[in-house]
Amino acid sequence: MTKVSMTVNGKTVSGDVEGRTLLSGFLRENLNLTGTHVGCDTAQCGACVVHVNGEAVKSCNMLALEADGADVGTIEGQANQDGSLNVIQQAFQDHHGLQCGFCTPGMVMSAAALLKENPRPTEVEVRKYLEGNLCRCTGYHNIVKAIMAASGQDVSSIAAE
Amino acid sequence: MPKDSGIGASSKRREDVRFLTGAGNYTDDINVHGQAYVHFLRSDIAHGRIKSIDTSAAEAMPGVVKVFTGKDFEGVGGMPCGWEVTDKHGAPMQEPPHPILAQGKVRHVGDPIAAVVADSLEQARDAAEAIDLDIEELPAVMNMKAAAQDGSTLVHDDLKNNICYDWQLGETDDTKVDEVFANAAHVTTLDLVNNRLVANPMEPRVAVGEYKRGTDEYTLFTTSQNPHVIRLLMCAFVLGLPEHKVRVVAPDVGGGFGTKIFHYAEEAFCTFAAKACNRPVKWTSSRSEAFMSDAHGRDHVSKIELALDADNNFIGLRTNTYANLGAYLSTFSSSVPTWLHGTLMAGNYKTPVIQVNVKAMFTNTVPVDAYRGAGRPEATYQLERVVDKAARELGVDPIALRRQNFITQFPYDTPVALTYDTGDYNGTMDKLEVAADLAGFAARRAESEANGKLRGLGINCYIEACGIAPSNIVGMLGARAGLYDAATVRVNATGSISVMVGAHSHGQGHETAFPQVVADMIGIDESMVEIVHGDTSKIPFGMGTYGSRSLAVCGSAMVKATEKVIEKGKKIAAHLLEASEADIELKDGQFSVAGTDKSVAWGDVTLTAYVPHNYPLEVEPGLEETAFYDPANFTYPAGAYACEVEVDPETGQVTVEAFNAADDFGNIVNPMIVDGQVHGGIGQGIGQALLENCAYDENGQLLSASFMDYAMPRADDVPFYGVDHSSQTPCTHNPLGVKGCGEAGAIGSPPAVVNAVLDALNSGGKAVEHIDMPVSPSRVWAAMNS
Ligand code: FES
Ligand code: FES
Repeated sequence: MTKVSMTVNGKTVSGDVEGRTLLSGFLRENLNLTGTHVGCDTAQCGACVVHVNGEAVKSCNMLALEADGADVGTIEGQANQDGSLNVIQQAFQDHHGLQCGFCTPGMVMSAAALLKENPRPTEVEVRKYLEGNLCRCTGYHNIVKAIMAASGQDVSSIAAE
Repeated sequence: MPKDSGIGASSKRREDVRFLTGAGNYTDDINVHGQAYVHFLRSDIAHGRIKSIDTSAAEAMPGVVKVFTGKDFEGVGGMPCGWEVTDKHGAPMQEPPHPILAQGKVRHVGDPIAAVVADSLEQARDAAEAIDLDIEELPAVMNMKAAAQDGSTLVHDDLKNNICYDWQLGETDDTKVDEVFANAAHVTTLDLVNNRLVANPMEPRVAVGEYKRGTDEYTLFTTSQNPHVIRLLMCAFVLGLPEHKVRVVAPDVGGGFGTKIFHYAEEAFCTFAAKACNRPVKWTSSRSEAFMSDAHGRDHVSKIELALDADNNFIGLRTNTYANLGAYLSTFSSSVPTWLHGTLMAGNYKTPVIQVNVKAMFTNTVPVDAYRGAGRPEATYQLERVVDKAARELGVDPIALRRQNFITQFPYDTPVALTYDTGDYNGTMDKLEVAADLAGFAARRAESEANGKLRGLGINCYIEACGIAPSNIVGMLGARAGLYDAATVRVNATGSISVMVGAHSHGQGHETAFPQVVADMIGIDESMVEIVHGDTSKIPFGMGTYGSRSLAVCGSAMVKATEKVIEKGKKIAAHLLEASEADIELKDGQFSVAGTDKSVAWGDVTLTAYVPHNYPLEVEPGLEETAFYDPANFTYPAGAYACEVEVDPETGQVTVEAFNAADDFGNIVNPMIVDGQVHGGIGQGIGQALLENCAYDENGQLLSASFMDYAMPRADDVPFYGVDHSSQTPCTHNPLGVKGCGEAGAIGSPPAVVNAVLDALNSGGKAVEHIDMPVSPSRVWAAMNS
């Protein structure tokens, strides 16, 4: 067991982990931050996406030890200070961008990273960026629409929601 | 003007807030104090005889609590099948045992052989590697047609052959069918494969079993679409436990698509092991494990023949299908190729003579059961592909040929056992033609061609039988349980309402849509109504969510219970208003005396019901009503879909350029949610048509066992979809007039995509009659260059 410390959603946390403990496991099991989901074992689905030092990262594809000292953001830290949904979260609700909700934390975290680097992405850019995020429920229509809406674009001409 | 609340409003989903903030509660988020972890040692060969299993070394490993093998489950029931199909000679289907852990033989890659329970998952995994197995490998039974031959290796040694049943529906007189075909002006024949799929809800399955010695009570937390069904099957058929001592909880469920209907061995195992180990036992499926242990879907090989007269009227249809059931009978597997498939072969057409033949086969593969649409996509695919092929052969417009043969009079008795209550297939097709701008297709094709691409338009119609199901009818057809549903409407003293429903949302938004109905009926704010679901200790009973049934069946029970509540409320209001009960009306949350300005508010009546001072003595205090609802018939959503694809003639790459759906779902409670259901279904249908394929090699090795080699549709594989559900013929036999919308997209889209690809290739001058799904670039390229 090795001690690991990091900042998660602005709080300093630490815990004892094995060398093989994944960041996703550390967040879920040690910190009980179960909003980060695990949907695969081949780093393909994106349900586990978190931010590490501002970058979108698949937390199932990173060892907890590798995140030692890092600044980590998870879905639990995304809402506004007053607890209301942030712009992206609100757009997902407004445009029905989620059904079962299992892919949703990863989608929201990926969307945030996308909008940071590309504040007004086109449909094609959104779809390309989400390549690493699988959703089995929505057929992606409302996810793409929600992300475009969150970027301030008028999505009313996109087929019904 | 769209409504802003109640029935017909696109109310935003209240459950979203927790899902969007990481506060959902999925089964894997549940940890029970003191829990141990189980790892299943699964067969890595498809077929073999177990000579010996030595677990002694594993038992001595650190942290190991107990190691289980098939021996520990001798005398315990196996996994049951809920539907007994009778074959065409009147004999019951062959029903082999399905033990919790393999006994005697392993029958598919992934078949669980042993289970190690340990303090940590890592320890359980490490110990499983120390189990010494001696398994004699046997030839794998993989090809369905070969498996049906006498002398084939048997998957189950005690059965007479590998055929579970040889089933028939429709015209039983072969001579009569032969005559129809002999007299036909034209016959179109098509051989096709409905590819094996893996449902892959994003949340893998999880089970946590808990046992309390003090009270002899069990709790199972599980990823299920129907916790009551799991409790019933597990208690009555598998473990022999008293139902009142077992609580089954399915918290937030991360998608299901059918694959979380079934009772799985891991659920029974964790419940059993919790007592045997005297510790809670948790199992979390990895995705790789899901590929080899979740029931798969589809996997039919069919020949379909359509007979037409000289005027292009459909006069006869005959299908012969081999349906793969895999190695064991999963819970509803036997019903899928039969009553959920054969019954839909009439489609939207008035074909007078239909004969459906199905041989259901045991093979050394993962069990196959219902996946979104279950049987209906297989029927629709066959029918709509053969109709399209007929149109091409005859040189007629595929829409005109369909319209000419549409059923237009309702109710309509099909030759394959169903009575369609209502529909307007021409009206729905009209909507599609406008929504998809079919008039502009020629121009779009010209533009694609100018860019060196081929463009195709694929049309498809579908009908499905939903709202499963009238209990007496399914009972006659072999279902071992009725399929009604139940709801309790519990009004609190202050007027807020908890509704306990037997349906269980796994993404469908019940927490939002169901309250819309109750609030609308009473005239109160939606936020005053809340749904309770997914826990057998809180809900009277329920058959769960599948077969697009939640609103049509459980919603009807909820309406009936709410009506009872309102009726009782009127009695109380009449007393308070000193009026006759017959004169009391309820509107906007006010009980009033008709034609007067005397009224009393909902909240005053509910308070009176619970703190009865001034109260009608002949009425019992309290305001809570339960209703069970058994549907009188199936519901029949129907629609018409149009897909436009571009094909790159250089590479065979297909891109879906446009997809439009026109559906008739009857009345609609929440249009936003309905659109989302259709989107998701279309996404899965495009996945089946272009990308997904669960492949085995001839030795029974599972080739697509992860997201690396099973191509799930991704955001850039699909376009925005056009969805139109303004064609509405309300269901005639349920109180809401709703038909169900959960499966339509997955049923209606695959043939539209394939028809579009073929249209594109043929437009390029290449006469290609058929390409099997998934229509991959290599298959398209091969067809173009054959
Ligand atoms: S769980 Fe990390 S990519 Fe699937
Ligand atoms: S909402 Fe269910 S997987 Fe995306």
